Amino acid sequence: MKTINLIIDETPVKVPERTTIMQAAETLGIHIPRLCYHPDLSLEGACRICIVEVDGARNYQTSCSTQVREGMQVRTNSPDIRQARRDLIELILDNHPKECQTCERDGQCELQDLAYSLGVRERLFEGRRKQYPIEDSSLSVIRDSEKCILCQRCVRVCSQIQGVHNLTQMHRGFNTVVTPAFEAPLMESVCINCGQCINVCPTAAFLEKRSTDEVWAALADPAKHVVVQIAPSIRAAIGEGFGLPPGTPATGQTVTALRRLGFDTVFDTNFGADLTILEEAHEFMQRLEKNERLPLLTSCSPGWVKFLEHFYPELIPHASSCRSPMTMLSVLTKTYYAEKQSLNPENIYVVGVMPCTAKKFEAQRPEHYMENQIPYTDAVLTTRELVWMIKAYGLDFTRLSAGDFDHPMGVSSGAGDIFGTTGGVMEAALRTAVAKLTGKALTDLNLTQVRATEGIREAALEVNGKVLNVAVANGLNNAKIILEKVKSGEKTFHMIELMACPGGCIGGGGQPYPPDGHFVLDPEILKLRASALYAIDQGKKLRQSHENPYILKLYDEYLKHPGSELARRLLHTSYSPRYPKGIK
Amino acid sequence: MTNSTQTILYPEIIELIEECLTKDHPESYLICILHKLQERHGYLTQEHMYEVAQRLQVPASVVSGVSTFYHFFRLKPRGRYAISICLGTACFVKGADKILEAFRKELGIDMGETTKDGLFSLENTRCLGVCGLAPVVTINNKVHSRVTPQQVPDLLSRTLAEEPGR
Amino acid sequence: MPLILDKKTSNLYSQVITICSVATPQYAEQDHWAEVLEQRLKTRGIPEGTIRVFSGGSLGLYSQEKTSAGMGMIVFPKKTVYIFSTEAELDAIIQTHFIEDKVHEPNLAHMDPLIERFISLYGDVAFFNKQTRLTLRNSGIIDPEDLGDYIVNDGFEALAQTLEHNDPSRVIETINRSGLRGRGGGGYPTGRKWQDAITSADPVRYVICNADEGDPGAYMDRSTLEGDPFSIIHGMIIGAFAVGAHQGFLYIRAEYPLAIKRVEIAIAKCRAAGLLGKNILDSGFDFDLDIRLGAGAFVCGEETALMYSIEGKRGQPRLRPPYPTQSGLWGHPTVINNVETWSNVPVIIRHGAEWFSHLGTEKSKGTKVFALAGKVRNSGLVEVPMGTTLKEIIFDIGGGVAEGRTLKAVQTGGPSGGCIPAELIDTPVDYDSLAQVGSIMGSGGMIVLDDQDCMVATAKFFLEFTQDESCGKCVPCREGTLRMLEILERITQGQGQMEDLDKLERLGRLIQKTSLCGLGQTAPNPVLSALKNFREEFIIHIQEKRCPSHKCSQLIRYEIDPQKCTGCTLCARRCPVSCISGTPRQPHVINQERCIKCGECYLVCKFEAVDKK
Ligand SMILES: Cc1cc2nc3c(=O)[nH]c(=O)nc-3n(C[C@H](O)[C@H](O)[C@H](O)COP(=O)(O)O)c2cc1C
Ligand code: SF4
Ligand code: SF4
Ligand code: SF4
Ligand code: SF4
Ligand code: SF4
Ligand code: SF4
Ligand code: SF4
Ligand code: SF4
Ligand code: FES
Ligand code: FES
Ligand code: FES
Repeated sequence: MKTINLIIDETPVKVPERTTIMQAAETLGIHIPRLCYHPDLSLEGACRICIVEVDGARNYQTSCSTQVREGMQVRTNSPDIRQARRDLIELILDNHPKECQTCERDGQCELQDLAYSLGVRERLFEGRRKQYPIEDSSLSVIRDSEKCILCQRCVRVCSQIQGVHNLTQMHRGFNTVVTPAFEAPLMESVCINCGQCINVCPTAAFLEKRSTDEVWAALADPAKHVVVQIAPSIRAAIGEGFGLPPGTPATGQTVTALRRLGFDTVFDTNFGADLTILEEAHEFMQRLEKNERLPLLTSCSPGWVKFLEHFYPELIPHASSCRSPMTMLSVLTKTYYAEKQSLNPENIYVVGVMPCTAKKFEAQRPEHYMENQIPYTDAVLTTRELVWMIKAYGLDFTRLSAGDFDHPMGVSSGAGDIFGTTGGVMEAALRTAVAKLTGKALTDLNLTQVRATEGIREAALEVNGKVLNVAVANGLNNAKIILEKVKSGEKTFHMIELMACPGGCIGGGGQPYPPDGHFVLDPEILKLRASALYAIDQGKKLRQSHENPYILKLYDEYLKHPGSELARRLLHTSYSPRYPKGIK
Repeated sequence: MTNSTQTILYPEIIELIEECLTKDHPESYLICILHKLQERHGYLTQEHMYEVAQRLQVPASVVSGVSTFYHFFRLKPRGRYAISICLGTACFVKGADKILEAFRKELGIDMGETTKDGLFSLENTRCLGVCGLAPVVTINNKVHSRVTPQQVPDLLSRTLAEEPGR
Repeated sequence: MPLILDKKTSNLYSQVITICSVATPQYAEQDHWAEVLEQRLKTRGIPEGTIRVFSGGSLGLYSQEKTSAGMGMIVFPKKTVYIFSTEAELDAIIQTHFIEDKVHEPNLAHMDPLIERFISLYGDVAFFNKQTRLTLRNSGIIDPEDLGDYIVNDGFEALAQTLEHNDPSRVIETINRSGLRGRGGGGYPTGRKWQDAITSADPVRYVICNADEGDPGAYMDRSTLEGDPFSIIHGMIIGAFAVGAHQGFLYIRAEYPLAIKRVEIAIAKCRAAGLLGKNILDSGFDFDLDIRLGAGAFVCGEETALMYSIEGKRGQPRLRPPYPTQSGLWGHPTVINNVETWSNVPVIIRHGAEWFSHLGTEKSKGTKVFALAGKVRNSGLVEVPMGTTLKEIIFDIGGGVAEGRTLKAVQTGGPSGGCIPAELIDTPVDYDSLAQVGSIMGSGGMIVLDDQDCMVATAKFFLEFTQDESCGKCVPCREGTLRMLEILERITQGQGQMEDLDKLERLGRLIQKTSLCGLGQTAPNPVLSALKNFREEFIIHIQEKRCPSHKCSQLIRYEIDPQKCTGCTLCARRCPVSCISGTPRQPHVINQERCIKCGECYLVCKFEAVDKK
């Protein structure tokens, strides 16, 4: 590739051709401010904050989109540029509520940060401001259009990464607003609740539906036995919320923090993951034997499940009937555990701490309600919400000692831990399925071929002289690619793991906002979070779900065997098509 | 939101969509289809557009984004008499703003609205190419030239009396 | 009486009548009237074959001071112009003109200099010579729905020549040498654009005709679309051949139904004649055309937005580069040119680059069509060689300022342009000279303003337009134009502050320098140029709370002159807020506090006792 020589702020730089000015400046350690740019999304050029002066050009150029040319002279920080950036931010603020102090994103807001760092200290042009009510129909995601700066990151993530195409700009000019089709409430749209729009939004225009108030109330209620469970990926990401470097595992501190907050029992969703593997492996082997409803599609990601219902209703029979690890654990908490502890299930309050906004929706699905119209999972907190509760309580997270989960549902195999990253469910399932099919464990438990860090993976595995074709996809645009292959008959698979979020749950819609110097969904952060999970797995003696003694005990004492009558009733469910129908 | 797969579109529109699906880039015909639909139905309804989205296999969000971007598309029914005031430059220079004001006052509605009795809608255009006759107002395509604000009440009553309406 | 030769049929006619469309936007009526006219002539016993009647395109003329809406007809060879709107009037014209062979005075349109010039330029030429004719060479002269008429008058000779030589680079080279620059506003050299497109290795290429014509005071393209669609198609086939495109699109605004119909017919006829489709004129070259309609968005005239619109999307501009010639429609190299640009192509190919570059100035070749309107005696379409001065256009062709008032400024370039003050009236119209005086050529809108026009209000008018048409994608244009508009609103309501002028300039410069597309980059021009040339007027609005041209209604003060008031009480009875008091037959007084400046009293007073200040 050709090398281009140019001068940025009087400093000569050499970069490969097709590099943008923004990237070239980065090599000099110059971080050009930006709002609409995201490396994984198409170029928008909407915010204009990233402008620079280029010699010979009449107007300022946007550095996110302008490629370097030989001999180019660029100034990223002339007084004129600084003034123009300030004025642009001011124009945005003029049409923005003055609510920083009471805003959920106060202190973690890209707009606020820019206004501060660019030195916007006066307000010159105030006038008319757009006015919209807050849209809170969804159980997962709320929308506050007044705080939207129309950077289109959400629209692009929802279509380009998730393939959902739920969001669009409606109207135009000053009246432009980002909404689902025809300004429908999110609850009545094809939204799959993945929360990626929240992740990428630079402001508080998208937020998770908050559940902290209910949880505080339950904790304060002496009549309630409050049980909490934490999802596999929480431990790999929560530290970032307290300034720890990405990829710092923090299982023990999290458990301690939860106890300090007043939770009566702290379980591990990983236990549910191990259980899911046993049920799902059983289901898989049955289908394999009868050669029916293959490929088996995993169903632990509620974002993916809703996507299936809207977009691929014809493939619903292929979905695993297993409930998600969270719901399995909640069900067992209110049945098995309640019986063991002689607790009235109605007095148990189950809280899931999840990387995920879609879990808030999953918890409220009628399929996951007890017969008395109480949900098995009473509340779901995202990682971000838990971080906030811990901070609100005043706990110094980094100085907490490590605690242990409660029994019996606190012990898990490494297979459970890796559920939190893409390919993890597949890897865990194969560890167990192969052992069951062949009678002996895999020689190498690390099935790196299914770790779909790049979003999509296909792999083949020989088992008993037969080839098992499997595929893994994260991000639903990737799911579409695989599913279209299945539908067209281009490829036959035996099992497919599908996760709604990029990178799997480590990239979930409820994970902490990225620390300084990183962008959201930064592959580097995802990689670090994933390696934290793999390290935990590696470090465990117990790495296969079917070896988890507490799981075995559970079957012994209660469920009898995978796929038993009771297991089917408690741990399995079914899905049906949803409207409006999605477009493939 | 449509919760069913029931057909409510006009057969000729369905036919048109089917035809588009056989061509290159079927989704590029969205605007053409909306034009035809508006011609047929008078305005665009959400239910119709949901069905267009399904049949053309274009996300409903795209259809809603497109239909609200272009001001030619009407999302509400129009009055029996569509009053269109030219707000082109020549008409402005000759006082079109005063004419608009007079209609607003007389009808009690704003640009883009329809009177409660469903009789009159106020719309605007930009230059009909008859700038020499400015300011120009058309009522259901009948041209009224060199309109003055004083003529407005009379124009309305004459329209009611003489024109059959759409 | 001389006979007129119809070159297509070789028929000889004693008279030829064109029915024109521009005086009324009741497009459909034009054909209707042509039919009625033919019918009437027949029933009146005029032998068939002696008079030819057809509905031409728009001649873009008589919008004279006195005429009202109606149909227009020109009777050749005497070039008598009539305007009529009822069948009775038409009958009367037939009776007097065709039977009695006299001029029918009641419906006679005034033969003003504009018509005179127009007909001498095109009418005579078209019918009696084979002289040079440019953009409007056929409009109103040929039957736009008749391919034969076009072939006889202009022919597809340029195309035949092109295909015969079978050398695309030769075409590009000719266009390059002709110095033709885009007529859509930007003035980019057309030959260079075509050259850019063929440097790409991608074999799939497109050509597009930009017929979105969104400037709110311009209709040049419409007249060509309606009056001479074949010439546009002709140009596009040649262009497609030059750049190796096999599919083209005409993007026409939906507000032009007659234009759409005419172009549809023209395409169908060309297809039937083997001028479009596979193997054009047996040359082995394939090319076809499709029409796509706009839907009421000015920004879709911007080339990248236009392409999105053709793709069926929201018409929001995108970042350039890549330019359309590198990556346009569906990612393929695409050449977009304006209607006028395309229709110039066949003439250049036919008569040669030198012949074309002979017209115009050093850097702006050929002619340009303007839509002359506003406070000018004769408004209409004017085609002049580049380099003609504003003065010539307004005074010699336009007949000067209407109602004998004084010229204040000329606005060119529409919402992207600026106001040129009367002192600079000797400025020649070409791309560079107009830019030098702070305006632009634009697509050809030309609005004459007189001493009754308020520059603040005019600037506000244009900004209102761009603000309304902003696509909303980028911050400076979406947010900034509204803030500028709010400031202008304040000034016109008497609430302006002196520092508002600096704010306008600061915002204006920001929007110009940081907007994503041409709409935003030029939106502040009308305001900035008004501020530059008419700053005093802004200051009077702000400091004296007065609008010198009595245009800004909030700043007008109505006062009753006690000398003239007869105390008739009419105004007091009409005032909507009852703020006029006085006893009958005594001078009345307006309570200024409560007056809402509706102007009713001013209008109703029969004694001119109410003053506007
Ligand atoms: C906001 C905006 C509106 C425009 N509208 C038109 C238009 O109506 N017609 C047109 O031909 N060009 C228009 N243009 C210019 C086009 O983008 C493009 O430059 C032109 O069609 C190229 O053709 P030309 O080289 O033949 O002029 C517009 C540009 C902008 C920024
Ligand atoms: S979104 Fe950001 S800038 Fe807006 S109110 Fe919240 S914290 Fe402040
Ligand atoms: S940042 Fe400033 S405005 Fe906000 S709370 Fe602190 S002192 Fe108050
Ligand atoms: S939650 Fe996911 S599906 Fe729903 S709007 Fe946001 S990004 Fe799209
Ligand atoms: S909601 Fe957020 S991400 Fe979406 S456009 Fe608005 S500011 Fe950008
Ligand atoms: S991938 Fe994980 S975080 Fe994302 S929706 Fe599925 S379960 Fe939730
Ligand atoms: S400048 Fe205006 S019209 Fe152009 S992209 Fe920006 S907002 Fe849209
Ligand atoms: S201008 Fe209107 S409100 Fe004022 S005095 Fe006259 S009639 Fe009354
Ligand atoms: S209408 Fe004229 S004359 Fe009569 S009272 Fe009013 S100002 Fe006086
Ligand atoms: S970051 Fe470059 S324009 Fe927004
Ligand atoms: S501006 Fe109204 S007709 Fe041209
Ligand atoms: S209508 Fe014939 S010249 Fe305008």
